[in-house]
Amino acid sequence: MKQDPINQPLSGQIKPPYSGYTSSKEAILQAEKVSVFYGSYLAVRDVFLDIETNKITAFIGPSGCGKSTLLRCFNRLNDLILGARVEGSIKFQGENLYDKKFDRKIEEVRRRIGMVFQKPTPFSKSIYENIAFGAKINGYQGDMDELVERSLRQAALWDEVKDKLKQSGLSLSGGQQQRLCIARAIAVQPDVILMDEPCSALDPISTLRIEDLLHELKEQYTIVIVTHNMQQASRVSDMTAFFNVEPTDKGGRMGYLVEYDRTEVIFQSPKEESTREYVSGRFG
Amino acid sequence: MSTNPSSPPSPSSDLFRPNRQLSKWVELVVKYIFAAFALISVATTIGIVLTLIFETVEFFGDVPLWRFLTDREWTPRFVNPQYGIFVLISATLLTSAIAISVALPIGLLAAICLSEYAPPKVRSWLKPALEILAGVPTVVFGYFALLLVTPFLQNFIPALQGFNALSAGLVLGVSIIPLVASLSEDAIYAIPGSLRQGAYALGATKRETIVGVVLPSALSGIVASFVLAISRAIGETMIVTIAAGQNPQMGLNPFVPVMTMTAYIVQASLGDTPAGSLAYRTLFAVGMTLFLLTLVLNIFSFWFVRKFRETYE
Ligand SMILES: Nc1ncnc2c1ncn2[C@@H]1O[C@H](COP(=O)(O)OP(=O)(O)OP(=O)(O)O)[C@@H](O)[C@H]1O
Ligand SMILES: [Mg+2]
Repeated sequence: MKQDPINQPLSGQIKPPYSGYTSSKEAILQAEKVSVFYGSYLAVRDVFLDIETNKITAFIGPSGCGKSTLLRCFNRLNDLILGARVEGSIKFQGENLYDKKFDRKIEEVRRRIGMVFQKPTPFSKSIYENIAFGAKINGYQGDMDELVERSLRQAALWDEVKDKLKQSGLSLSGGQQQRLCIARAIAVQPDVILMDEPCSALDPISTLRIEDLLHELKEQYTIVIVTHNMQQASRVSDMTAFFNVEPTDKGGRMGYLVEYDRTEVIFQSPKEESTREYVSGRFG
Repeated sequence: MSTNPSSPPSPSSDLFRPNRQLSKWVELVVKYIFAAFALISVATTIGIVLTLIFETVEFFGDVPLWRFLTDREWTPRFVNPQYGIFVLISATLLTSAIAISVALPIGLLAAICLSEYAPPKVRSWLKPALEILAGVPTVVFGYFALLLVTPFLQNFIPALQGFNALSAGLVLGVSIIPLVASLSEDAIYAIPGSLRQGAYALGATKRETIVGVVLPSALSGIVASFVLAISRAIGETMIVTIAAGQNPQMGLNPFVPVMTMTAYIVQASLGDTPAGSLAYRTLFAVGMTLFLLTLVLNIFSFWFVRKFRETYE
């Protein structure tokens, strides 16, 4: 019984039910017993997870195991989905994001925890305005030109677009659009950047550029990245969380966290059999 | 055998015997039938335009263009006739301007409210209701303006005459609200949710998301709906004929009776205007002016949509 963490009774339990790692450093985000429902459908169950500051954490796992769902809890983007409900607590720098008092400060939460999506979503504005938009709505008082340039440089896009800042953001290529979205997220000076499969629509070269970029961004930001690409997870991340999905009695499918550890442990000597199978590609 | 015993055997390929020859014939016949119908509509349009051009040219053979553009009055049936088209154009612009200043803001706000704020349930019955409103015959709106709106407004504006541009314009505006609202709503609703999420993820409020991201993205569709509404206001006939009067006079006073281009066409074609007479040809000259006006608007709309339409996969 002890070897199968999922079947352990959870009531009153504080220790993470997944095997392996417990955080030593200061965690910027702490998920405690987080379950997410869509209506009455339980999509993710009882996740305990500490995201460490200035590290890259990768979420891996088969389709439908709730990686995106959990990611959207960190900036409360699930609030936008009708019927979505989050149980448990997610602490951001020690304060529970799902506290009542954050209901009115949700914009501030989302500024500090940015997000980049699977599909690039540039606004139909100029490249310049795409970046400036977030800064403006968050009341940025400084020099806008400087902010735009710095964000684009950080996103390794400046050299490609510096002569056409007035052009529409939609005129860029897919890879450039994604870097524009990263620049846009950086421009509002977040602490954390959540990325949901940011490279899945990109060619290998653009993907490598973004991976390089992640390494640089790590100095300043905490990054959580969902990916289906095992090489990517092992190349870029410091920590890896493996999620799996299992059928429930009611015929649904429920995701849960199987194992969370330093990336080399997950890829070289995972404690769980299912993790080993998944990372070696012998899964399902 | 490698086949799964639980699945039925796949049908053998001899069972597929398409009659390709017949299909080909049917394809051909159908194609020509459609082509014939397409031709009818195109030919009708061309016929109308040619008639317009022909009669208009005849008209300008008798009345020089500069008189058409500079006369100060519109009195084609008087002994000393005058043909100042701007008398009619000013009336059309007046009623349309009033209508547009009612319809565009209300229509756009209704569209935003429907697509962004209304719960899905409310939207699902409000949108069809709006479209039904668009189907109310304009003659009903016309009498509504004449018999209800004008007397009501006279309580506040004593100078308002029985026929006037103001109530005709207001009611005309109300009659095209559904058009603006419905088409703008389609444009706004079509903006993908991912774009909205992108804005929310930056810390935008709902209002900032709508004003800063959604509306600019839907701009081409919204402008197209505006242009269509303006053309509709210019071309609308029944309401202005009934409620705005039959009194061609220059100026932009909304309290007095005026005669729009469409109202003139109604009046002239109802009367005993002998075919081939000069008065008869004025009909076509006015019609041509109306046609050119809406054509210019539509070309603008086409150009604008082409230029500003953004494509999202
Ligand atoms: N908006 C939603 N409404 C209802 N159910 C949802 C919604 N989004 C996700 N789900 C359900 O929640 C479960 C987890 O979905 P999620 O998108 O988080 O998976 P994922 O791990 O990100 O998968 P993928 O790798 O394919 O992106 C799935 O069973 C899915 O059907
Ligand atoms: Mg996902």
